[in-house]
Amino acid sequence: MNGLDAAITQYIDPYYLRIMILLGINIILALGLNLITGVTGQLSMGHAGFMSIGAYTSAILSMQFGFSYLMALLAGAVVAAFFGFLIGIPTLRLEGDYLAMVTIGFAEIIRVFFLNFEPGGKAVGLSGIPQHTNFITVWLIALLIIALNTRLLKSRMGRAFYAIRENEIAAASTGIDTTRLKILAFTAGSFLGGLGGGLYSHYMYYINPQDFGFMKSIELLNMVILGGMGSIPGTILGSFILTLAPEMLRIVAEYRLLFYGALLVILMIFRPNGILGDVRIYDLKKRWGRKEVKTCQS
Amino acid sequence: MPVLTLEGISQEFGGLRALDGVNMVVEEGEIFGIIGPNGAGKTTLFNIITGIYVPSEGDLIFKERRINRMATHNIARLGIGRTFQNIRLFNKLSVLDNVRVGSHGISRSGFFKSLLGLPSMLREEKEIKSRAEELLELVGLYDKKMEYADNLAYGEQRRLEIARALALKPSLLLLDEPAAGMNSGEKVELMKLIEQIRQEMKLTILLVEHDMSLVMNICERIAVLDYGRKIAEGPPEEIKNDERVIQSYLGVGA
Repeated sequence: MNGLDAAITQYIDPYYLRIMILLGINIILALGLNLITGVTGQLSMGHAGFMSIGAYTSAILSMQFGFSYLMALLAGAVVAAFFGFLIGIPTLRLEGDYLAMVTIGFAEIIRVFFLNFEPGGKAVGLSGIPQHTNFITVWLIALLIIALNTRLLKSRMGRAFYAIRENEIAAASTGIDTTRLKILAFTAGSFLGGLGGGLYSHYMYYINPQDFGFMKSIELLNMVILGGMGSIPGTILGSFILTLAPEMLRIVAEYRLLFYGALLVILMIFRPNGILGDVRIYDLKKRWGRKEVKTCQS
Repeated sequence: MPVLTLEGISQEFGGLRALDGVNMVVEEGEIFGIIGPNGAGKTTLFNIITGIYVPSEGDLIFKERRINRMATHNIARLGIGRTFQNIRLFNKLSVLDNVRVGSHGISRSGFFKSLLGLPSMLREEKEIKSRAEELLELVGLYDKKMEYADNLAYGEQRRLEIARALALKPSLLLLDEPAAGMNSGEKVELMKLIEQIRQEMKLTILLVEHDMSLVMNICERIAVLDYGRKIAEGPPEEIKNDERVIQSYLGVGA
């Protein structure tokens, strides 16, 4: 695997390689948020909070406690999942806007905590994290997550998550324990947030609390909304566009953020459900099928 | 044997007494109708039976088991399925998935089983799917199984709600105004369907309905609510001629 990675590093421009690695990490993060917000319909605006928990936990464990890379990643994800479980409990009572407020508040608490956290280097941040994350590890993990996510959403549990988003009372009347499943979605989603954070810190070599601010949460939320709430291909596409857009827009220099904003506005006007939000493979097949029939007749 | 017994059920919302000491016994296998003017407390009664509201007073007994204070999903799992007056489908899911979700309460593959795709989970998925397809055949929506639920016509949405409720394999089915918004042809179809599912699935059916022809035709017993009180109960013939019922609900000449 190391040999393969060496080969990749040799043949791919480091700039593109970096973008591809960040894309893989963003896909994992966005799929976690998609599970909470896109699929189960619980608006979370603090995903970067879970990311920072995973990033700091895994970094500190591998730097100071000698954890192996994979163990550190896993531990970071589990700790983030635990906090996701805790924050999931208020979702028993809160919905929509109110839940969004709580998650923003939670992410801010985490950020301020790390600003004052001695082992995390306070505001200076943490540097010298071993750079274990490379193209192969990121994409192996990303592909695994995509596969598991796809499987989950096509199962009984996945359908129940969607049902909660669509109509909670009707969901409960079919025997779905909505409270338990909402907490489960929050826990699983923040597990992925923590995993993405661990991958990130072991790639960036240096992290500081400002990397995981409110704007990072919004960026991740944009990926889910832009691609299509609840859709895995949509979320991947959203991550792809929003990871690449800032890079492509370097040519317009200081107007970059302006173009970025305009892109979001235009996409939301023309595809309010997200680019792939209401596109199903079934519909595509049917459309292509019809075209074939037409050519036969003419 | 009584399937459902209501003993002195009362429900207060703030100062409003929506239900006032309602007693009712629903026997196994019967079609029991609840009628009454708007605001009489019919839907409130359904929401109490399904655990959406906890009654302020009184006891709710399902098959010799006290179920007040039980959570909605646990009541569903005991075998009480329902439809809603204001249709509550999972709009952005396919027709087939709506019915598949319906069987959540009687299937058991959990999170990790689903994640790993174990054989037992795949087997269960197959069963859920074939049963959902059977139910869609029954309500005549099989050809539309891949449509989004919110693309269906109104009458079709009502039938889809019934199919979803049946996916739970309930022993008691609650139908809240199943004929609302249907034309007369659809109503006849609906009556046939209700009769058929009762026969084939050995169901007890409790229904709220404003359409008198439907209620009088298929219900074996009827209870009349007015201002949260039960003012009459009995077979359709008796109800039709009851002084109080005519005065408060049916009107003279009905």
